Amino acid sequence: MVGLHKSEFKNPVINWVDTRLPLFTMMTKEYGVFPTPKNFNYFWNFGALAMINLMIMIVTGIFLAMNYNASTAGAFDSVERIVRDVNYGWLLRYVHANGASMFFIVVYIHMFRGLYYGSYKKPRELLWMIGVVILLLMMATAFMGYVLPWGQMSYWGATVITNLFSAIPVVGDYIVTLLWGGFSVDNPTLNRFFSLHYLMPFVITGVVFLHVVALHITGSNNPLGIEPKSSQDTLPFHPYYTIKDSVGMCVYLMVFAALVFFAPDYLGHADNYTPANPLVTPAHIVPEWYFLPFYAILRSVPSKLGGVIMMFGSIAILFVLPWLDTSPVRSAKFRPIYRQLLYVFVVVCITLGVAGGKPPEGIWVVIGRVCTAYYFLHFLVILPLLGKLEKPLPLPESIANPVLTPIGGGPLPGGAMAKPMEKM
Amino acid sequence: MSATAHVQGDGHAPDHSKRDFLKLVAASGAAIGVGSLAWPLIDSMNPSGDVLALSSVEFDLAPVPLGQAVTVVWRGKPVFVRHRTPDEIKTAEAVKLSELGDPQLDSDRVKAGHEQWLVVVGICTHLGCVPLGNKSTDPRGDFGGWFCPCHGSQYDVSGRMRHGPAPANLAVPPYAFMSDTRIKIG
Ligand code: HEM
Ligand code: FES
Repeated sequence: MVGLHKSEFKNPVINWVDTRLPLFTMMTKEYGVFPTPKNFNYFWNFGALAMINLMIMIVTGIFLAMNYNASTAGAFDSVERIVRDVNYGWLLRYVHANGASMFFIVVYIHMFRGLYYGSYKKPRELLWMIGVVILLLMMATAFMGYVLPWGQMSYWGATVITNLFSAIPVVGDYIVTLLWGGFSVDNPTLNRFFSLHYLMPFVITGVVFLHVVALHITGSNNPLGIEPKSSQDTLPFHPYYTIKDSVGMCVYLMVFAALVFFAPDYLGHADNYTPANPLVTPAHIVPEWYFLPFYAILRSVPSKLGGVIMMFGSIAILFVLPWLDTSPVRSAKFRPIYRQLLYVFVVVCITLGVAGGKPPEGIWVVIGRVCTAYYFLHFLVILPLLGKLEKPLPLPESIANPVLTPIGGGPLPGGAMAKPMEKM
Repeated sequence: MSATAHVQGDGHAPDHSKRDFLKLVAASGAAIGVGSLAWPLIDSMNPSGDVLALSSVEFDLAPVPLGQAVTVVWRGKPVFVRHRTPDEIKTAEAVKLSELGDPQLDSDRVKAGHEQWLVVVGICTHLGCVPLGNKSTDPRGDFGGWFCPCHGSQYDVSGRMRHGPAPANLAVPPYAFMSDTRIKIG
């Protein structure tokens, strides 16, 4: 396909550029007139919010890096200096630190949306898998970022997580030495973590781009989980969803601001305000809240290698989710049993998070183990069987015409209540 | 905005001025928002509190030999402290203001009663090189002060610019005499 693009833009400058590099046409096609199901609820805001969050992280991160010193001697002090002496450094740091938490809140809700409405099912399997890749990249980025202030939690978190790799038979210890660039977490480790922490968000940006390309091939799912059939079922992305996303963005920014300005350290750990000391481990070390469920899974298995496998497995299993769920019906609205079991699953995940934050003793060990077992049960047993056993509710004919029969037909799907657009 | 008022079914022309106003308000609201978000980022690149905290250095003049200058570091910058000979003082004071590119009296550049001491920031006002001339064996240019190796600017024994391309005299930093042989810069 060689040849100039036939641009429809009136403005001569835009037209000139667009003819040679059809960016404007692309933006209009993908974000202007892009046909989008008209029945989105606010769960569909979270992808856009994640994108905004990613930009906030990159921008604040770049400015933080201007004052950060990646050395074991200088890191802790340079972060304190950022907070105390650099103009608005306190703002930059706390936006970045709480931004990581906001990012995980947003992405976990985004993923829950996918689970609830079956967005991972055919034809969106690859879109979902790219999402899981993003999740893994985010986790690696957040972990390495947390090491940078070089406090006690940074140091011991880095030690524990890198040591996970020592569970690998035969080559484990070599891998750990390679990760460290030495024989313990030290200056070389900090330096490479900084280098990678700077790099990864741009890798994430690239993968998010693929995520969006894949999304625009399949089109978005929607609360009813049925494909749009005609133009009656869709709206142009702009202005309908640019506005809806903006409303969500305002709420999101309010929550974000409340965290940053009123509770900047609420989600952090006081121990990380003690400079790293390789000779003393804090009494109770825990990762950041967004890793707690996985940490609980790790600790639930009384075998080093087993725990590591289960922990990574709990994320890896998401890659095959599209094939584990055998039900052809997407939206949980029409799957009464799945819907309830999904809530159970969410409670189990939250309980795992709580257990991960407690010292591994007494009842919490038991709770952790039960929930770990249920986590895998959900994916490996419940989902494959449920698809065969459950009797879904009748699906509506189309998005514009959501009710099959006025009588019976189960609860009226809330998101489908949107009135058909009145013709102007 | 489109000038063709296109008439709707109910017979009312859409109110374009109202819509334009709303667009303007929305756009300027967004611009103010983005601006106030951008400011903390930009301002974080300005000198930070610890850099601004006025650092000062004290310096003992006694070891500086007559006719020579030494370099003191103040706020990361070189400061020249020159012990001027009576001859040099006389030449510097005799220069007429009309001969100077950046007219300034020698007496305005030293402390009264301490004319033998010249204290200037040793950074060429052209593009920031450090001029030569502290040692009597250095090239000092035609005016006996300093010579900048980068683009040939020349300064006299009062640190005044006498030959371009430098546009101005070497700056005099804030300093005070603690005693006859001790100064505090900053
Ligand atoms: C950096 C993190 C992420 C960004 C910036 C991002 C961005 C987006 C955007 C803009 C959309 C379209 C809007 C929407 O439907 O909400 C979207 C859709 C989607 N994302 Fe993500 N995403 C991220 C992470 C993830 C993760 C971790 C997963 C799952 C493992 C995931 C799974 C999906 C799926 C399945 C869709 C299609 C949903 C549908 O149309 O119903 N995403 N993403
Ligand atoms: S920097 Fe001194 S002459 Fe150009």
